[in-house]
Amino acid sequence: MGLDSYITLKDVVFSRSDRRIFSGVTLDIPRGKITAIMGPSGTGKTTLLRLIGGQLRPDSGNIIVDGQSIPELRRKELYTFREKMGMLFQSGALFTDLSVFENVAFPMRVHTKLPEDMINDIVLMKLEAVGLRGARNLMPSELSGGMNRRVALARSIALDPELIMYDEPFAGQDPIGMGVLVKLIRDLNSSMGLTSVLVSHDVQESLSICHYACIIADGKVIGAGSPEELKNHPSEQVQQFLHGHPDGPVPFHYPSAAAAEDFGVAGGVS
Amino acid sequence: MIQRTTDITVGLFMLAGLAALLFLALQVSGLSPKSAKSTYTIYADFNDTGGITPRGRVSMAGVTVGSIDSITLNKETFQARVAMSIHGDVDNIPADSAAVIRTSGLLGEQYIDISIGGEMDSLQPGDTFYSTQSAMNIERLISNFASGK
Amino acid sequence: MIDRIASLGRSGADVVISIGRAGRFLAGVLSGVPRPVTGFPLLMKQLYSVGVLSLAIIVVSGLFIGMVLGLQGYTILSDFGSEAAIGQMIALTLVRELGPVVTALLFAGRAGSALTAEIGLMKATEQLSSMEMMGVDPLRRVIAPRLWAGFIAMPILAIIFSMVGIWGGMLVGVEWLGVFEGSYWGNMQASVDFWDDVVNGIIKSVVFGFVCAWIAVYQGYDCVPTSAGISSATTKTVVYSSLAVLGLDFVLTAVMFGNF
Repeated sequence: MGLDSYITLKDVVFSRSDRRIFSGVTLDIPRGKITAIMGPSGTGKTTLLRLIGGQLRPDSGNIIVDGQSIPELRRKELYTFREKMGMLFQSGALFTDLSVFENVAFPMRVHTKLPEDMINDIVLMKLEAVGLRGARNLMPSELSGGMNRRVALARSIALDPELIMYDEPFAGQDPIGMGVLVKLIRDLNSSMGLTSVLVSHDVQESLSICHYACIIADGKVIGAGSPEELKNHPSEQVQQFLHGHPDGPVPFHYPSAAAAEDFGVAGGVS
Repeated sequence: MIQRTTDITVGLFMLAGLAALLFLALQVSGLSPKSAKSTYTIYADFNDTGGITPRGRVSMAGVTVGSIDSITLNKETFQARVAMSIHGDVDNIPADSAAVIRTSGLLGEQYIDISIGGEMDSLQPGDTFYSTQSAMNIERLISNFASGK
Repeated sequence: MIDRIASLGRSGADVVISIGRAGRFLAGVLSGVPRPVTGFPLLMKQLYSVGVLSLAIIVVSGLFIGMVLGLQGYTILSDFGSEAAIGQMIALTLVRELGPVVTALLFAGRAGSALTAEIGLMKATEQLSSMEMMGVDPLRRVIAPRLWAGFIAMPILAIIFSMVGIWGGMLVGVEWLGVFEGSYWGNMQASVDFWDDVVNGIIKSVVFGFVCAWIAVYQGYDCVPTSAGISSATTKTVVYSSLAVLGLDFVLTAVMFGNF
């Protein structure tokens, strides 16, 4: 690729209670770009983000973020390192007992000793960036799902991280909410120079904003490259996923016995 | 502001707990500040202590004047030696007083009653009662009566 | 047959494993010095929701239990003509046993289940994960204040329970059934010892507070983050806490009062 990579995954193997989720994933995520990680549901896309964030440890292989090997960090170093990362969870994960303002102020109150008026200014700036400055006194339960996610976005950029990870940012959004989020992700990336990792199965939206994309299925990377490269990818599986064909290398039917046998019509006329 | 009201209610809660502890200490267990003051120890030897226990009551004319500290066996005389602490302000128990084990009511607890003697000298700390009267044992009383002794 | 023995062994191993996990969890919560500046307001908030909000049920239950003890005690003791011992009976029962135990059972139902559900929901909505990703340890930020609050609140609640119960017993015994007030208090004071009875009762409630809070926060933190998982964790909190309290009560009673 020749690009400076911010995150490198080398032969990452991970299994959860006897189920192999990744069997040797190797992946480079370039610095300062938007990378989309796509794949069918249940392929462990969120697990991948948790591995990068150090919430899970791989069985083997290495994960290097900004030159630092994540699995080797001790608990305390890991917590310090995470101040460089922001993560937007699928549900937003706002603290339900704090107001919008306090939610965004939370990382600053914990990690910095900034004076109150400065925190106030920064929080309002971040809320302005997501267009919710007027909602600062509301509680999370009073916001719509889309607004929840925008507040969470403001919170994850409160400490000006180098890396931001989006877990299914478009899931369950109406077209307007989706448009807002697409714009926000693109703006944040260009204005702050963030490295962004986007996990999604919304092919069109993801491909429209990412610089680089990769597709994971069956515990492996099955295709990677720029959106253009992917659209012309030779693999049938990639094509099936990108275009949403119901049948193909990923079969429509869940593995089962022959239909005739299940319906009790095998071996004879009745 | 919300934090402030929380602090105040939690403070009141703690105070209520403290007040309740004070109530249990003073009103329920009768732990009065006075009882911490000085006591002195005197002894009595009994042939039979019956059912008295440590922490039991020592009284004089029905007024509690002290408590039983310990009950041990004197291996030389085979008598029970009872140590009791008497309130420091009751310092004029006549030296010829007797320690008697009594029962409050028919089935009540047993306690030591000091029946007053007439001598001018008083018992000093560490002294032993000259005369004692052991616990009344109903079974023995009945068997004595039945055998006509 | 072999299958049964194997499954018995497996469930035994499961119990040991979960106790081990709970112990490691506890070590994670208690390790590290709590920071007083940020920690204190958090503790206050939890003391409020765990302690102050449980006060109403504690006071009402204490009152009724004291009154029932008064009634029952009077009926039994008056057969022996020793109604005056009612104060002694009520006070000893409450201070030694019912105060700590009933408070702990009510606490498990009222505050323990709420703690489990709250933490479980925070887990299900990824709030704990997002805290971790922000570089904040949820064990210290979320779990530790709740554990300490349970630990501190329980003895206070138990003391208040005993006091209200003794007062309720007096209402029935003295005001209603006509036991002489002087002998109610007098008998009580003669037989209740501050160190042996009151303090031992408080030690019991400290132990119960610790165990109940530990079970509650662990079940919440360890639950399966779905609605079914949270509801089963809440049930487990109440069941395990109650069993632990009753079992420990027997052990503590045997140690404290057994050599009489």
